[in-house]
Amino acid sequence: MEFLIQLLNSIQYGLLLFLLASGLTLVFGIMGVINMAHGSFYMIGAYLAYWLAAKTGSLWLAIPLGLAVVILLGVVLEAVLFRRLYGRDHLQQVLLTFGLILIFEELRSILFGDDVQGVAIPALLDFSIPLTENLSYPVYRLFISGVCLLIAAVMYWLIQKTRLGMMIRAGSSNRRMVQSLGININAIYSLVFAVGLALAAFAGMIAAPSASVYPGMGSQILIICFVVVVIGGIGSIKGALVAALMIGMTDTLGKVFLPDFSGFAVYLLMAVILLWRPQGLFRRA
Amino acid sequence: MHTPVQTKSGALAVAAAPAKRLLPAGATSIVLAAGAIGLALVPLVGTPFYLQLFGKIMIMAIFAISLDLLVGYTGLVSLGHSAYFGLAGYVVALASPKYEAASLLLTLPLAMLAAGAAALVIGFLVLRTSGVYFIMVTLAFAQMLYYLFHDTSLGGGSDGIYLYVKPVLSVGGTELLNLDKPMQFYYFIFALMLAVYFGLRMILRSPFGHALVGIKANEHRMRSLGFQVFWYKLGAFVLAGMLAGMAGYLAACQFGYVSPEILSWHNSGNVLVMLLLGGMGNLYGAIVGAVSFVLVQELFSSEALFGAIAKHWQLAMGIFIVLIVLCLPNGLSGLLNRPAKQAPNEADDD
Repeated sequence: MEFLIQLLNSIQYGLLLFLLASGLTLVFGIMGVINMAHGSFYMIGAYLAYWLAAKTGSLWLAIPLGLAVVILLGVVLEAVLFRRLYGRDHLQQVLLTFGLILIFEELRSILFGDDVQGVAIPALLDFSIPLTENLSYPVYRLFISGVCLLIAAVMYWLIQKTRLGMMIRAGSSNRRMVQSLGININAIYSLVFAVGLALAAFAGMIAAPSASVYPGMGSQILIICFVVVVIGGIGSIKGALVAALMIGMTDTLGKVFLPDFSGFAVYLLMAVILLWRPQGLFRRA
Repeated sequence: MHTPVQTKSGALAVAAAPAKRLLPAGATSIVLAAGAIGLALVPLVGTPFYLQLFGKIMIMAIFAISLDLLVGYTGLVSLGHSAYFGLAGYVVALASPKYEAASLLLTLPLAMLAAGAAALVIGFLVLRTSGVYFIMVTLAFAQMLYYLFHDTSLGGGSDGIYLYVKPVLSVGGTELLNLDKPMQFYYFIFALMLAVYFGLRMILRSPFGHALVGIKANEHRMRSLGFQVFWYKLGAFVLAGMLAGMAGYLAACQFGYVSPEILSWHNSGNVLVMLLLGGMGNLYGAIVGAVSFVLVQELFSSEALFGAIAKHWQLAMGIFIVLIVLCLPNGLSGLLNRPAKQAPNEADDD
């Protein structure tokens, strides 16, 4: 039973990582921009959930309101800053978004302080399923996994089966051609960018009640997301899913069996994958 | 100096004389020499505060120069350079006896070798990737070291360790150099910075250095010319790691304290910003960048100027970095010495 709990935890963590990494990999795969500030949006999502849930009294209201804020912020950022980064070299992209991390992190400190905060689990989901006499599993964690799976399915459908998805895929392989076919590629980029950030923020929002809301949460998760993207192969949503689940397993099992080196285990996994397949598991050659 | 420039067609063209200069040729050398004399005079006129500040600046300059070898010359954008800096800092702190001075002759090479060994292992793995993968993977490995020192008791965990007595250099019982004496320490840093600068300039004029510049300009062509590109890159990576280790050693001695923070990715990010700020691919830009970065940081965090909001100096720093990237992509040294052609963006498909 203990094992089942660990397994469920690792799947939940992996799926949450998938939400984050898929946004990162989408933005890179389609626009060619590496966004270091992606993790900041995880943090922004969590703090928005904390703040709006306290103001409105309900997480269910806080999530759509917060998402609207993030999407608006994403569209503005894309138009003002990121549009200038397309086609520039990666170094400049890294440094500009590094500057953004400092800005977001400091604004967070000014607006919310540096204390660890918590968000209450919504009453509807605040109970546990008993597994044995003294072990039980919180339903909210199952809810997180379910929502992540749903989003993964919607994303797959949207990108592979719809007209919009076709335009997005075409835009990633040949920007100019798509433009000359009369498709507004700027609008598509803006949309993809905002959706990518919204995915990160949403991950932060739904994770907030089960984890806590704390300074530096964005940087920590960003680096794990990089590991996911490196293992899965950049630009591949399928790769992001497989790699995120692998990382979730490695991290959770590492915490159980090698507690001192748990922070270490995922990087070891990455090193092995690099030796075996330097381009990631699912990258088209 | 000949500056190789990649043209639109990807061919390697050598621009003998930059077309547009703000200052006549040779002016850059004069500005640099004046700067060096200025740095040499700091201990004679400045208070201990300035001795400490400019010591720190020169340590960061060594760190930035070592990264310039990778980013500016070989075209390898490493976002994990703090790993070697921090590791060397930990080595000197761990290798020093608690209440006695360690030997400089022993600990400095030891720290640099440890950093070089780490760079060899990590470089062997990360150099299998390129482009944006390289950025992410170097960052991830640096973070691995961060967690190693943060989570285990190897180096005092998240509290870090103190270096109570700084190393001394003594030969046959005579003390030649004591890093506990601020003036001696300052000139030691100064001498090392000059040694690194001129030493690297020499290395970069050698066939090895030319091969690195060739790899940056067109790796495929270098490979088809028969160069073992991987080993050249690994060589540069290890050398840069050792020099970053030298800077980390000096930093640990100056602060008398090491914590996982010196391994953090903010440290790697900051040194990249210094490089961009000063301009890369000419070594002195790294020094200019380190000077301006640390001074700007001091300015923004000055309570005398900004009062209570000075503690939020990171906000100003973030805005500063964003503006630098948008407005000054060739750095400050790029203003002095404009290249004949704007370097085109690398055609990086991944």
